[in-house]
Amino acid sequence: MKIRMALGIVAAAFFALPGSGHAEVSAEKLYGTYCVQCHGLKRNGTGVNLPGLSTKPRDHTDTKGMGETPDDELFKAIKEGGLAVNKSVLMPNWGGVLSDDEIKELVKYLRVVCHCGH
Amino acid sequence: MKRLSLAVAGLVVLFAGKAFAGGLDPTCSSCHALTKPTDTSLDRLWTRKGPDLWYAGSKFNADWLTAWLQNPKPIRPAGYPYFKTIMTGPDHDLPDPSKITPHPKLDKAAAEAATAELMKLKAPADLVTAGAFKGEKSGARMGGLSFKKLRGCIACHQGEDGKGGLSGPELTDAGARLQPDFIAAYTADPQKFDPHIWMPKLSLKDKDIQRLTAYLVSLGGHP
Repeated sequence: MKIRMALGIVAAAFFALPGSGHAEVSAEKLYGTYCVQCHGLKRNGTGVNLPGLSTKPRDHTDTKGMGETPDDELFKAIKEGGLAVNKSVLMPNWGGVLSDDEIKELVKYLRVVCHCGH
Repeated sequence: MKRLSLAVAGLVVLFAGKAFAGGLDPTCSSCHALTKPTDTSLDRLWTRKGPDLWYAGSKFNADWLTAWLQNPKPIRPAGYPYFKTIMTGPDHDLPDPSKITPHPKLDKAAAEAATAELMKLKAPADLVTAGAFKGEKSGARMGGLSFKKLRGCIACHQGEDGKGGLSGPELTDAGARLQPDFIAAYTADPQKFDPHIWMPKLSLKDKDIQRLTAYLVSLGGHP
């Protein structure tokens, strides 16, 4: 019984990892294409562009900070850019590249990354 | 054995001569699209080895291209596509030199021949419109401010002083490298050239585009 429970916990932990679930595959690829350049492979705001940025990009693994940001604000930040949510201009508006559905999937993916599902 | 080596050497010379006499070296197309791709998926972006060149004749300045092909310094500091050539580092992600393949170096004759062929690859008139940059160079100062502060281009591109992000091509010599109409057209709508490319399509007014183009044209000593 204990072994079965332990296996269950391990499996649950595995499926809770970013990008491991089917629903997140596409959003993970979008994140890997557009967001990683500033938010980084670790998703914590340490992308390859960091040395050129005057403001550190959002740490998407920050459970508390991300947890306090509602879905609609994340959606707006991605679609309309940082200025639309009183953040940095260095976060561009991605609405010209990504569809609303893709942005919604990205918001869901961010909830997996931050372990702060709403 | 010696005879075989001579025969191989002869074939190589013949092959190279033919390739440059009748068009581009076939190896160019192993990394670059020389005709407009029919596959416009995100997956294609992930399997690309180099930037598309099917509109090269409307993008590059010929003199710069000939010189660069003889001394191909990397244009994209983080590699191409950047997301396949970076690694995590102690403070932030870094370019991974082991994943970045240097561009082949050509001799003068081959560089001139390749430039001549590449300059024939013109973009359709509705992609790079002649006169897209109206030539108002006085906007360069405001364009510099837009680049560094107001529009955040510096997040991904290195500007005049080499400061800036690494995921986009460096623009320290943009004026020497790129045609003004291309700069204006690409800045206005990158995905029109390159579906899914990781440069955002910003909501820029034409005045912004003109100023940014004037600034970039001024970089690199181009008159």
